[in-house]
Amino acid sequence: MDDKFAALGEAMPRLLDGVWVTVQLTAYGAALAFVLSVILGLAAAHPSKAARVPARIVIEFFRGTSLVVQLFWLFYVLPLLGVDLHPMVVGALGLGLNYGAYGAEVVRGSINSVPSGQWEATTALSLGPVQRMRRIIFPQAWALMIPSLSNLLVHLMKGTAIVSFITIADFTYHLDQLKRVSDTFFAYAFVGLLTYFVIALVLTFLMNALELQAKHKLGQGLSLRQILSPAPTAAARTGGTL
Amino acid sequence: MIPAAAAVSVATALDWNWETTWEALPILLMQFLKVTLVVTVLSTIIAAVLGLFIAMAIRLAPRPVAIAVRWIANFIRMTPIVVQLLFAYYAFLQLDAITIGVIIFGIHYSTYMSEVYRAGIDSVPKGQWEATTALSMSTRRTWSAVIIPQALRATIPALGNYGVSMFKDTPFLLVIGVVELVNAGLIYGGNTYRYIEPLTLVGVIFLLASYPTSLLIGRLEKRLAFNT
Repeated sequence: MDDKFAALGEAMPRLLDGVWVTVQLTAYGAALAFVLSVILGLAAAHPSKAARVPARIVIEFFRGTSLVVQLFWLFYVLPLLGVDLHPMVVGALGLGLNYGAYGAEVVRGSINSVPSGQWEATTALSLGPVQRMRRIIFPQAWALMIPSLSNLLVHLMKGTAIVSFITIADFTYHLDQLKRVSDTFFAYAFVGLLTYFVIALVLTFLMNALELQAKHKLGQGLSLRQILSPAPTAAARTGGTL
Repeated sequence: MIPAAAAVSVATALDWNWETTWEALPILLMQFLKVTLVVTVLSTIIAAVLGLFIAMAIRLAPRPVAIAVRWIANFIRMTPIVVQLLFAYYAFLQLDAITIGVIIFGIHYSTYMSEVYRAGIDSVPKGQWEATTALSMSTRRTWSAVIIPQALRATIPALGNYGVSMFKDTPFLLVIGVVELVNAGLIYGGNTYRYIEPLTLVGVIFLLASYPTSLLIGRLEKRLAFNT
């Protein structure tokens, strides 16, 4: 057992490099996916057909063709078109496009489930379409969409494990190297799966914090600062908002 | 006509070769039918059965066991199937890669499906539980005759959606060397130095198979909804 941990200690710098690559890919992919989700989601929830139809086509296209297909297509076919991208860019692009399409459905669904009274109220107050979305509808939809976006983020992170096949030395790639100097269970199950699980738990925790904050801004529940503060304020004890 | 014209001009720009296309298509379709679809169907069956057991274990087993099952399920659900496949492949060298794939996909997706069942079980009205108590039904009969039939109705579309997700995840099998649809396209590309046609065809096949299935599931969902 000791020699396995010795092997782990020796492989640690490369493993950490791999974790960093995985985290970076997750962050870039998620950033692109989020931007696409909001743009496509808003378009898909728009009353006019001219916005809805193109958004639907893009969403269904990227949802219907698998993530792995998109990654390989971008990796092998783009260079033939004269577009030479760094593998990391290809990875982030593939992940972002695929999960952006899934995220767009979440954004669309959340916007549509904001109660109709809120929409009517914006009309009564004669708010413009931009103000209505920015100040009234989106903040409420945002609190609704975070749990689903959180699931998608974990999915995206799990999806990064394929990128060694487009020549990126991510965490999974280095696990193979660790397996050679230790054994299968130790490398893949103990070190590999456990590390990915911790990353997923951290991502879920961050998204839960984001959800609490979003709800607090809507006047529901405590703020993060109140929850995390060692001495609860009077307002926090009574569950009110400051 | 405009999309057709656009497709032709894009095809020209890509140096698209129709001969290669017609040569690759049967090879790809063969692997699609023989591997991708077979794995999807078998794994969906395993996941649907195992998922129900997990959901019931979390609900019926003694508390420590239930908590353990829930954490194991969370662990499997929140870690990459790629790493799980690699682990199982090297840990059970006596099994062939497709068998490993079917088992791992079945187990991985059972953890998603157990959540669907859990929601389905929770959606059975409280009065139904009370009625089984009033009729002094056994636990076994309560579940088999009252709860599961009603819970299933709400879960079938969601299970179908996970079946489609699994279908789109089958290319992950290439990490353990299974020649499913994407791997068949890559091998064809490697042999002929033509990647555009096989990889585009692979995408088209995925789209043509998954989109209509999703539409059908959406219609089923509307039909099976409780309030209609």
